[in-house]
Amino acid sequence: MPRKTIREAINEALAQEMERDPNVIIIGEDVAGGEGGSSGVEDAFGGVMGVTKGLLPRFGRTRVIDTPISESAIMGMAAGAAVTGLRPVAELMFADFFGVCFDQIYNQAAKFRYMFGGRARTPLVIRSMIGAGYSAAAQHSQSPHSIFTHVPGLKVVMPSSAYDAKGLLIQAIRDDDPVVFFEHKLLYDLADEVPSEPYAIPFGEANFVREGDDVTIVAFARMVHIAAEAADLLEKEGISVDLIDPRTTSPLDEDSILESVRRTGRLVVVDEGNPRCGLAADIAALAAEHAFHSLKAPIRTVTAPHTPVPFAPNLEAAYIPSAARVAAVVREIMR
Amino acid sequence: MQLPRSTLLDAYLRMQRIRNFEERIVIEFSSGEIPGFIHSYLGQEASAVGTCIHLDDDDYIGSTHRGHGHCIAKGADLKAMMAELYGKRDGLCRGKGGSMHIADLSKGMLGANAIVGGSPPLVLGAALTAKTRGNGKVAVAFTGDGGSNQGTVFEAMNMAVVLQLPAIFVIENNGFGEGTAASYACGTPDLAARAAAFGMPAVAVDGTDFFAVHDAVGEAVERARGGGGPSTVETRCPRFTGHFVGDPQHYRARGEVEALRRDGDPLALIRRRLIEAGLFDVEQFDALDRDVAAEIDDAVAFARAAPIPDEADLMADVYIAYR
Ligand SMILES: Cc1ncc(C[n+]2csc(CCOP(=O)(O)OP(=O)(O)O)c2C)c(N)n1
Ligand SMILES: [Mg+2]
Repeated sequence: MPRKTIREAINEALAQEMERDPNVIIIGEDVAGGEGGSSGVEDAFGGVMGVTKGLLPRFGRTRVIDTPISESAIMGMAAGAAVTGLRPVAELMFADFFGVCFDQIYNQAAKFRYMFGGRARTPLVIRSMIGAGYSAAAQHSQSPHSIFTHVPGLKVVMPSSAYDAKGLLIQAIRDDDPVVFFEHKLLYDLADEVPSEPYAIPFGEANFVREGDDVTIVAFARMVHIAAEAADLLEKEGISVDLIDPRTTSPLDEDSILESVRRTGRLVVVDEGNPRCGLAADIAALAAEHAFHSLKAPIRTVTAPHTPVPFAPNLEAAYIPSAARVAAVVREIMR
Repeated sequence: MQLPRSTLLDAYLRMQRIRNFEERIVIEFSSGEIPGFIHSYLGQEASAVGTCIHLDDDDYIGSTHRGHGHCIAKGADLKAMMAELYGKRDGLCRGKGGSMHIADLSKGMLGANAIVGGSPPLVLGAALTAKTRGNGKVAVAFTGDGGSNQGTVFEAMNMAVVLQLPAIFVIENNGFGEGTAASYACGTPDLAARAAAFGMPAVAVDGTDFFAVHDAVGEAVERARGGGGPSTVETRCPRFTGHFVGDPQHYRARGEVEALRRDGDPLALIRRRLIEAGLFDVEQFDALDRDVAAEIDDAVAFARAAPIPDEADLMADVYIAYR
């Protein structure tokens, strides 16, 4: 099977869905790039990370739409187009920018189906980037996925591999409800085996990254790889980790998490988001409510601290959950 | 407008500091010494200096992601700026902000801003403080051509007019927002006219010409100080560089940037004008340039030698601690 990076897998998913369904369009800032430029080069950017490169020459300007820097209008236009029959994939370049445009997502797109008595469909996908690690500081490094997960009416996807990215994005585009698809900016070059034909991965079905008996670790996106590193360290010490990547935070594969916790009796949740009212706390509460009697040790979470993301590389490194921290926490509850 | 020689000297020095600082950090960034992303202000020096030359430390500015020039023009310490870009503890923001968040509240510099369109509403607040206190201070919001399309900017402009705030919007039209030309992204090429439609005086000037910016912003500042409300100045200053350091600029024709640097250099222009006026000669400028280069060398040396933040700094200044 061909190996592809997450960047390539997402690009392929977009291209194949655009090929299949003329209603699928792409909207965003510099998703093509070069509009009005003097070189005549179309597609000069293809997205700031090159994810949408090549789609403009293939599908034309009516389907790959560069916009002014106007996130509220982008999100509102995409939501309005979705509820009237198109299937827009709108790009919110950095997730941090949700601050500029959340009304159109939170009060508009997310509410339509319920508020209109089930009579509306809003097949909208919002692609956006999360994650620290580039010294991009407080306004370009956040992981605000918990805020979106909190909202009834949104589905939230956080792929950790190229295989998942392709299948989940195709599912997101075919889904009739608003889906927020978070790409971690440090994972774009990560490659794995990705089938060339289109395929969809259903939402709410966890991936069992590795199986073990001593402790359950639940992690998303880049944290899956951090947790896997920790599991490697722990394996040498005779501790075996059951690593679960739920892949979507909403819907959440509660059954798989609970089954695993009931078996291992221990749970550590790793999340790059901030701790209060966050994803890690949410999953910890799930286990506390439904698997309490199986627990052999306190549930633990490893998250970013309750701070904005700092600029200095040494502070940023201390901010992001590390394999060493995850392993240390596991050792504590194995004692 | 006839300017005193000391003001002209000050203006030249500020512009040259920006030029040198920005040229130097391209080198330091490319060699891996500076983390993160850098957006260079090269070619726009006259816009920042022609504006900030009218301001005191207790007037305010709000800046953009391309903020070093504004920071220098407003009088921030070069060593502390450089240390910030290096992510060092002695930086203006103790290494926590970096290039895109550099701020110096003691100089009325309310921060670079990595959210495009983030500054103008904040600047309204600074203008409101000035108006409430009745102290004759003003607040300037820098925005790009791309940023001028944000709803936040439209809201800020309208509110400034409604409340007659001492705010000045400086739209730095450098022709591009990332890889998208202003000619595509702005529905009208006349950004000043768009601002005027909100009900305030607005002009467009050659943003590479210190004197043009100086005169237009001077009028706006005078009006604001006197209670005459907000204004907009669009400064047209084509971008000398890529969007960020390392941008290959495939969207620009070959030779475009070189031609701009050759024919539209704000530093060359102010030098020429001052020499023609008989106020300075080439030797004097060369000596000034050497002084500025030495200042930048010192700033780099300071930044390199400065300590990195303590790991405990991670948890400082968040008001609240949890276990
Ligand atoms: C709200 C928001 N949207 C998008 C971006 C990404 N971005 C950073 S700079 C930039 C272009 C800004 O163009 P302009 O305002 O003309 O300023 P210039 O870069 O030309 O100085 C964009 C789109 C951002 N930082 N914030
Ligand atoms: Mg611009």
